[in-house]
Amino acid sequence: MLSQEKLNKVQEIIARYPEGKQKSALIPVLHLAQDVFGWLSAETMDYVASLLKLEPIEVYEVATFYSMFNLKPVGKYLFEVCQTGPCMINGSDDIIEYIKQKLNIGVGETTPDGLFTLKTVECLGACGYAPMMQLGKHYREHLTKAKVDQIIEECRKNAGILN
Amino acid sequence: MSVKLLLEKAHVEGIRSFDVYRREGGYRSVEKALKTMSPDAVTEEVKKSGLRGRGGAGFPSGLKWSFLAKPEGVPRHLVCNADESEPGTFKDRYLMEFIPHLLIEGLIVSSFALGSHATYIYIRGEYAWIPDILEQAIAEAKNNGFLGKNILGSGFDCEIYVQRGAGAYICGEETALIESLEGKRGNPRIKPPFPAVKGVWDRPTVVNNVETLAAVVPIINMGGEEYAKIGVGKSTGTKLISACGNINKPGVYEIDMTISVEEFIYSDEYCGGIPNGKRLKACIPGGSSVPILPANLLLKTAKGETRYMNYESLADGGFATGSMMGSGGFIILDEDQCVVKNTYTLARFYRHESCGQCSPCREGTGWMEKILKNIDTGKGKMSDIDLLWDIQRKIEGNTICPLGDAAAWPVAAAIRHFRDEFEWHVNNPQESQTRNFGLAHYADPIYVPA
Repeated sequence: MLSQEKLNKVQEIIARYPEGKQKSALIPVLHLAQDVFGWLSAETMDYVASLLKLEPIEVYEVATFYSMFNLKPVGKYLFEVCQTGPCMINGSDDIIEYIKQKLNIGVGETTPDGLFTLKTVECLGACGYAPMMQLGKHYREHLTKAKVDQIIEECRKNAGILN
Repeated sequence: MSVKLLLEKAHVEGIRSFDVYRREGGYRSVEKALKTMSPDAVTEEVKKSGLRGRGGAGFPSGLKWSFLAKPEGVPRHLVCNADESEPGTFKDRYLMEFIPHLLIEGLIVSSFALGSHATYIYIRGEYAWIPDILEQAIAEAKNNGFLGKNILGSGFDCEIYVQRGAGAYICGEETALIESLEGKRGNPRIKPPFPAVKGVWDRPTVVNNVETLAAVVPIINMGGEEYAKIGVGKSTGTKLISACGNINKPGVYEIDMTISVEEFIYSDEYCGGIPNGKRLKACIPGGSSVPILPANLLLKTAKGETRYMNYESLADGGFATGSMMGSGGFIILDEDQCVVKNTYTLARFYRHESCGQCSPCREGTGWMEKILKNIDTGKGKMSDIDLLWDIQRKIEGNTICPLGDAAAWPVAAAIRHFRDEFEWHVNNPQESQTRNFGLAHYADPIYVPA
């Protein structure tokens, strides 16, 4: 369950909206929960419903609508590679192929060590800096195979330090 | 000589901080509006400026503001649409990242004009690092008396909150955005009632794009009439263009809408031409949903006149031979690009982003994606091309929100202008997998700079 600090944050978010409109806090609170738990299990969604005094179904229908919410566990590092027009023009297909080979996984799959998940996404608004991917909070842009190698290396290193 | 009203200071060292922004003349429009003008007078200036919505639709902003219902005792809200998701578009991100105080300043003045005491910035969820930048700017503005209670002693109270979306293009549509802000799925509402009467929490609401609200700052500083002198005709002021695809200098440019498309593509001040000496094949000038134009119709209108980077000129010829300014997402395709494949990726995008409420869009986008994928991978039939045309026609105009149109237009324009390329794919299923059509067949439309 969420720490007191996070629960305070939830209250702070609810206070942004008029009295009785705490449902508006749903998406921000789901983000917060996903940041803590890594993905949104049914238990987590039920918990969020109780925090905001909503019916669980109100949370499920929102969580299933938005593409950023992970409804099953993902790897520690989630590679979300854009494949829409402007990225495709700049070679995103090759980048996706390369990551698949390099990590030996398909799109939507996670490496056996639980470190990496590969997803393809639609336009993330970095068209001038294509090809690109989202990694956590930030974008990695102007991707090349060498840069992908570097990013994977960097993730492995960070994971090692954290372990 | 280019005029810069929004990005002039974007590269000043430290401009993200309140102190530097203020030193560079920031927040003057708040002082001017709150100390010397009435809310209606601010709206009047925006009307006079001729400012048109910068999100894509190009609707006159002052007029939109004047529709806001003001029933006694009911709070009103301004919502800033920062859900920038139209493929090819990344201008709002640039503005928020590099000069966040400009948006906050525009929001304060606009909130004053509209009487919004709680204003929300709805930003796409993937721009996950930008809320921190905006919240920092909001906190600084508040510490300096430009937000909060009784701003600058004017008696006007205002708070600004940042709300993140969670991955849904449809939430850029204003009623879907409002639903999302209420904590629901992003399903667009049937209009009327319009948000100006019944918006967020059923209260009167104005939803404006980031760039639109930022433009209120120069409008108030210089006056609406002066602002209207910049640009040409009904394309007043400056416009941010995010340029991408096959160009030497992708990025965000502020233009005054008097330059020609050719200058924008080839001048070193802007896109800097096409890499590796390649030729220009086609362009999607206003974000992925506007019609693609082949090079010959892009640089000159069907009448043979120079085409300019503004609302009227880009639309010259209607959808038969023209396109749209849209969101300013400018995508260039060089001679090696495949229009079929590009159209397929866009169709896939719209299928992915359809909210599923209206059958023509939910079913039609899926069909278009499948058929285009077949043609692209050498499994297409000649009748597929007419089938595609038929499907897009049945989507357009038959949905609650414009996503249906946005999905239909790129397919229609690709077939309209590049039908022979589609046919070539069908007739040459093997060859089309290894070689591009453009080189062999587009000698005329492909543009070679003098």
